[in-house]
Amino acid sequence: MSFLSIRNLSVRLKKGPPLLRRVSLDVAAGEVRGLVGESGAGKSMIGKAVLGILPPSIEVTGGEILLDGVDLLRLPPALRRRRIGALCALIPQDPLTALNPSHRIGPQITDRLVDILGWTRADADRRARELLAEVQIPDPERVLRSYPHELSGGMRQRILIASAFAAEPKLIVADEPTTALDVTVQKQILKLIAGMQARHGTALLFVTHDLGVVSKVCQHLSVLYAGMVVEDTSVADFFAAPRHAYSAALLAATPKYTDPSAGLIPVPEAVIAAVQAEVAAFDRSLADG
Amino acid sequence: MPVLSILLVRLLTTAITLAGVAVIVFFVIRVVPGNPIAMMLPPGATEEDIARLSALYGLDKPLVTQFGIWVSGVMQGDFGTSITTRQPVLDLVLGRLPATLELSIMALVMAMILGGAAALTGTRFRGGRTEGAIDVANGMALSVPDFLWGLVLILLFGVLWPVFHISGRVTPSLDLPFTTNFYLFESLIRLRFDLWADIVAHMVMPALALAIPLAAIIGQLLKQSLKETMNLDYVTLARTKGYGETRVILREALRNAALPTLTLVGVQFTFLIGGTVIIERLFSYEGLGNMAIDAVINRDLPLIQGIVILFAVIFTGVNLIVDLLYTVLNPRLRHA
Repeated sequence: MSFLSIRNLSVRLKKGPPLLRRVSLDVAAGEVRGLVGESGAGKSMIGKAVLGILPPSIEVTGGEILLDGVDLLRLPPALRRRRIGALCALIPQDPLTALNPSHRIGPQITDRLVDILGWTRADADRRARELLAEVQIPDPERVLRSYPHELSGGMRQRILIASAFAAEPKLIVADEPTTALDVTVQKQILKLIAGMQARHGTALLFVTHDLGVVSKVCQHLSVLYAGMVVEDTSVADFFAAPRHAYSAALLAATPKYTDPSAGLIPVPEAVIAAVQAEVAAFDRSLADG
Repeated sequence: MPVLSILLVRLLTTAITLAGVAVIVFFVIRVVPGNPIAMMLPPGATEEDIARLSALYGLDKPLVTQFGIWVSGVMQGDFGTSITTRQPVLDLVLGRLPATLELSIMALVMAMILGGAAALTGTRFRGGRTEGAIDVANGMALSVPDFLWGLVLILLFGVLWPVFHISGRVTPSLDLPFTTNFYLFESLIRLRFDLWADIVAHMVMPALALAIPLAAIIGQLLKQSLKETMNLDYVTLARTKGYGETRVILREALRNAALPTLTLVGVQFTFLIGGTVIIERLFSYEGLGNMAIDAVINRDLPLIQGIVILFAVIFTGVNLIVDLLYTVLNPRLRHA
């Protein structure tokens, strides 16, 4: 049984166009699923819906988000919040804005352990030191006493990763965790997340637009276009032979660093027209009944 | 180290500011028509009487000489003698200062509590009717000046439902055992809660009148920056940790959102102190402002100078405190 099971999730801008169209996907315990698609395809929206942090301007119009068998969308807000807080965590996109500038690092890692999960302060502090060592931060004591502005972007992303694993969540949503980082740091951070995930056995929903990243860390993959899942497959199958024309075009468009002379290949317009027609047909079929 | 350097720079700029204020106030009040000596003497006094008394107060000397005498006195802590009461200006001014300080600080605290509560409630229930109601109340509070609020309060709580005193600082028949003029503070220290209650009942309305417009400004600005802060990434991250809305507002957003408001409160607090002049008059409250109006009516030049200099000292002091607080609240400024 999947730990996270999203069934026919539909989300739209309040009184506006749909942003997710009956999205279904599963993440088994300890599994890594990649969510790929171009900007605006709705991949981050899925992560936000799972974590209960959709902006107020967006509403869920249907479907289920089963977390460990319980539909989050049917829980009263306070219970949902607590369940998400206990079972899930987020590795955010931009480490420069995801830490509170006026609190020290230490409490930002330990606060949920103490406030929500009822740990003692001493246990939580010990845990924070261990985690910082695990994400290879030198001199954890000093870092725990620092303010975010005193640390580099790469350091802050390590801290956010450590913080996400602090309460041993069963599921982590990583929302483009390397996009905002320097290219030289991206690889290290990716390796770090993959290593931590494997050691802790955490299920991971990995939102990215980078298929190269997917091939390195994910086992399964959902390809999104305009809020619709166009392909749901294993990573091995996908890279061997993508089934959907859009997926194939996306894969072909991935820049190959081994052959710089090839240049950038855009997704062909015919493919985009075809997938847009598919989305329109899907909307019509919903409207009809 | 940064705090120390801020202090040093501030002391220097404060000295320059005060020197400028001293020059301006000294010459401006002497250009304005009205002879203080003529005000003192009964109608029908002869020219000779006026000249004799002018010489007594040194008002017959050239302006620049008078300024020199005054400045050298001020340097030695002698602000001159009040023409109307014949008492040292410094004693008079320092005697009234505690009353105005207590009133201003009480008004500031009220404004911060009211404005803070409005902003937090509005943020907690943003997008709904509660926020709308708070915006309307804010708008009303802001569009009526403090002295009109004073009149409204007198009508409500002095006449229609007389629960507070409308005039004075303390009931005159009460026996005051105080050694300082900080009545509110000293009554607390001495555990004389009977006196304290009487003093508070005198201060509530003037303080509230001063506080209402400032509360509206604080409420509006703080709510605005709280709402912006609530959309930032670190607040969203805190939500995923399982924290409720109220806790997220108080712990994650408030401190960061309070910074821009704090700067504004500093500026607005000096306006509030300026507002005490009329409010103290309205409520016959024996503070500096009330004294300033009397001094101007009587053309009591040394007293006016003393009061203006003291107000200037208070204003620069408030700005200094705000700057220091800002460094404390914002860790990013500490090492800058």
